[in-house]
Amino acid sequence: MSYYFAIVGTRDSPIYEAAIGNPLKDDGKHLHQFVLHAALDFVDDIMWTTPNMYLRVVDKFNDWFVSAFVSAGNVRFMLLHDSKNEDGIRNFFTDVHELYIKSLMNPFYEVNDPIDNPAFDLKVRTIARRFL
Amino acid sequence: MQQALSGMNSRLSSIGGSVVGAGDARTRAQLDRSITRPRVGEVSLSAFAFLFSELVQYSQKHVKGIQDLEKRLNLVGYRVGQRLLELLVFRDRGSKRDVKLLNALLFINTNVWKALFGKPADSLEKSSEHDDEYMISDNDLVVNRYISIPKEMAQLNTGAFVAGIVEAMLDGSGFPARVTAHTVPVAGFPFRTTILIKFDAKVMEREKRLADK
Repeated sequence: MSYYFAIVGTRDSPIYEAAIGNPLKDDGKHLHQFVLHAALDFVDDIMWTTPNMYLRVVDKFNDWFVSAFVSAGNVRFMLLHDSKNEDGIRNFFTDVHELYIKSLMNPFYEVNDPIDNPAFDLKVRTIARRFL
Repeated sequence: MQQALSGMNSRLSSIGGSVVGAGDARTRAQLDRSITRPRVGEVSLSAFAFLFSELVQYSQKHVKGIQDLEKRLNLVGYRVGQRLLELLVFRDRGSKRDVKLLNALLFINTNVWKALFGKPADSLEKSSEHDDEYMISDNDLVVNRYISIPKEMAQLNTGAFVAGIVEAMLDGSGFPARVTAHTVPVAGFPFRTTILIKFDAKVMEREKRLADK
């Protein structure tokens, strides 16, 4: 049960990444970014068709799924996973979204800046352990 | 002095030492605060009026004209709007975003104005000449209430700050626009401010495309 999670900013570059467990380890870590980046096109299409933030599975890669969540400010949360767990993933996204808003409240943090706060990382992993 | 410094150092290291590798206590506490419960609902008006007048004066020192001053205020408001967008949508709409232009404007008209100024904006109108122009009006913008504009700067409207907030919220939701503030006196309300919103062409195209489907 491994996952790769990334927060993609409004300019399509990742501002936070976390590998939980060891997904796609034989193909190399760069493949995670590649797959998620390719899935961004699908996210861009689907996000205008529904007012929901949680977009469920938007793309498939071999036997891995890509799920996405779009926030109000167009910041995308994307998760690469191999098992279907819609409710757990939705709760995970909601909690990380709330965490993101809290770090956004910092006046020294600009939108699209990379998030390298270790407290943030620790919390994301805690949330992942709870729901995934 | 030396003793005080070393005392402080040992205190800091004890905080850092107790939680290795998890960030210092203050950042963790920041991420634990609740954002859904409105903690302190109101800020004193006089405090805000002082702050805003200082902001305008500070910007005035660094600019050469009215356009530049409005642009600076717009930029300050932009940063506020980026954060307000995420926060207010999270509080008021939960997990739903606005995909249609009119809904986004209505959200700004009611929810944002209510959160910032305590009451919804006075009117939201669509321009009859241009399809891509909308106007939000407020008879007595709180931000402008304590700013007096000298006669030689009659063109200036410091509501450019609020225009920046609106611009950031529209930009963030995917409806890029140019937003400006104008003074439009009307019978009974000589200080009525109108926020003029002009959307980019591709926003109107996308709206048409989605409406047709």
